[in-house]
Amino acid sequence: MDNNKNWIDQRFPLTKVWNEHLAEYYTPRNFNFWYFFGSLAILVLVIQILTGIFLTMHFKPEAALAFASVEYIMRDVDWGWLIRYIHSTGASAFFVVIYLHMYRGLLYGSYKAPRELIWILGMVLYIALMAEAFMGYVLPWGQMSYWGAKVIINLFGSFPIVGEIILEFILGDYAVGDPVLNRFFSLHVIALPLILVILVFLHIVALHTVGSNNPDGVEIKKNKDANGIPKDGIPFHPYYSVKDIMGVVVFLMIFTSIVFFAPALGGYFLEAPNFVEANPLKTPDHIAPLWYLTPFYSVLRAIPPMFGSQLPGVLAMFAALLILIALPWLDRSKVKSIRYRSWPYKVALSIFVITFIVLGWLGMQAVTPLYSLMAQIFTALYFAFFILMPWFTSIGETKPVPERTTEH
Amino acid sequence: MSEQEIDLKKRRFLTGATSVVGAVGVGFVLVPFLSSWMPSARAKAAGAPVDVDVTKLEEGQLVRVLWRKKPIWIFKRDKAVLANLPTLDAELVDPNNTADQQPAYAKNSHRSINPEIAVIVGICTHLGCSPTYRPEVGAVDLGGDAWKGGFYCPCHGSKFDLAGRVYAGVPAPTNLVIPPYHFVTDSLIRIGIDPKAS
Repeated sequence: MDNNKNWIDQRFPLTKVWNEHLAEYYTPRNFNFWYFFGSLAILVLVIQILTGIFLTMHFKPEAALAFASVEYIMRDVDWGWLIRYIHSTGASAFFVVIYLHMYRGLLYGSYKAPRELIWILGMVLYIALMAEAFMGYVLPWGQMSYWGAKVIINLFGSFPIVGEIILEFILGDYAVGDPVLNRFFSLHVIALPLILVILVFLHIVALHTVGSNNPDGVEIKKNKDANGIPKDGIPFHPYYSVKDIMGVVVFLMIFTSIVFFAPALGGYFLEAPNFVEANPLKTPDHIAPLWYLTPFYSVLRAIPPMFGSQLPGVLAMFAALLILIALPWLDRSKVKSIRYRSWPYKVALSIFVITFIVLGWLGMQAVTPLYSLMAQIFTALYFAFFILMPWFTSIGETKPVPERTTEH
Repeated sequence: MSEQEIDLKKRRFLTGATSVVGAVGVGFVLVPFLSSWMPSARAKAAGAPVDVDVTKLEEGQLVRVLWRKKPIWIFKRDKAVLANLPTLDAELVDPNNTADQQPAYAKNSHRSINPEIAVIVGICTHLGCSPTYRPEVGAVDLGGDAWKGGFYCPCHGSKFDLAGRVYAGVPAPTNLVIPPYHFVTDSLIRIGIDPKAS
């Protein structure tokens, strides 16, 4: 056995990688509930890739055949319904996990120096994931697939002068049809998953270079023992690998409950109009993207057309997404963790969480004058969180940060 | 080889030159891949312009042709119809064509190049049904004397006048779309291409 290991180690750094990233990767000992979601995101990515491979074997990426081939998977392929429901539930589960993972970053200031690059890579991952999810939703070629694609793609037509050309470029035609379904299939199955996997790899490499943050926001590398091991660190494996498996068990209990008992989750995970085949001559009464995109859809709708163009709304939507990248530089606070932050940040973060949820809810509703007004108010609050951040993170009394992680 | 001093300046120049040439090469290689996303020859053929001869079109007559899978109406309006159009303004949502539903050359009271010949996409702006042609003035089921002729959508009851402008108080939000078109000769319309001047 040892001989075999030596044979490999002389040709590939197996033991070295194992030790650096698992057995001798020292992780803060005070991780709590919020630290489950990074590993769960990787689990969901693996689930999506595996189920996706099997769905691809039966799916036909052609406008005339796509809808029927999904129904074929659901009815005629042995266990096809299970594979598809795991995949469709996995899409929403991915965003649940990612949103909690990002909220953890906001709670404990995980984006602050020296972890800015981890945050930026994570944001690029998030945006790539949105594109991946959107394109995946178009593939079944149901009513919501078709009209959702039409609404989102038409956003790019609002750019002056080049809008028309961009539209033809994306569509490969003059309307949403077979070419766009075909290329979304290619991007959804090859290009974006590849990008996601590479980005996850980079995200983890960057994380393992600087080490994990923790609920106290203390740098454990500042306090090392005689052997150079952080006093507040414990090896990732077996301590956190076992903890994460516990998280996986609980996650899978919830996940499989949804897969087996409520795969559409009352229209939140699969929308009712998508059980009807795409019909270019009949618009659904109400078009809304899936829940994980609705906060940004709300921002889009909140900005009224100006100068006869939808462009301001489109720009606001992209700005709402991209402004998150600037977070490490907008936050001026001396401390990382919410535990030691001043009260203005706690108030602002609470308002921001409420704002994000309300925007998400509004994005699912049909437009009424009251909802439009609400969307405008909450869009203003959304941007205020970022624009005012340099101010509210630098005022108020922060609590002293301990030298070592606290006991729990 | 004799021991030479490394010429850093030369090395930097060669590195830079190689990078620039490489980048230009990548740029050229990108062109076919990006171009492959534009509408293919087949898509272009399916979306090709359609020619319509209006020599034999009589006043009040409407012909339908398909352009890019959409029904296009071509119909001839007489002087009485054209005179009626401005009188309807008060009952319409957008009598002056402020919404971007037509090319600039059709942004006028009759929404066409030639006042008599109307060219309109026959798809209701509400939910995409195709309205029916109801040119008879004073049709009892469409409001009697108030009806000056127009289009009626059987799906949800939207009404449009004979320039495709939408009446107020119906589900359709905007006027019907005017496609790009031009006159090749006095009697031949080419749908799908703007006039050269614009």
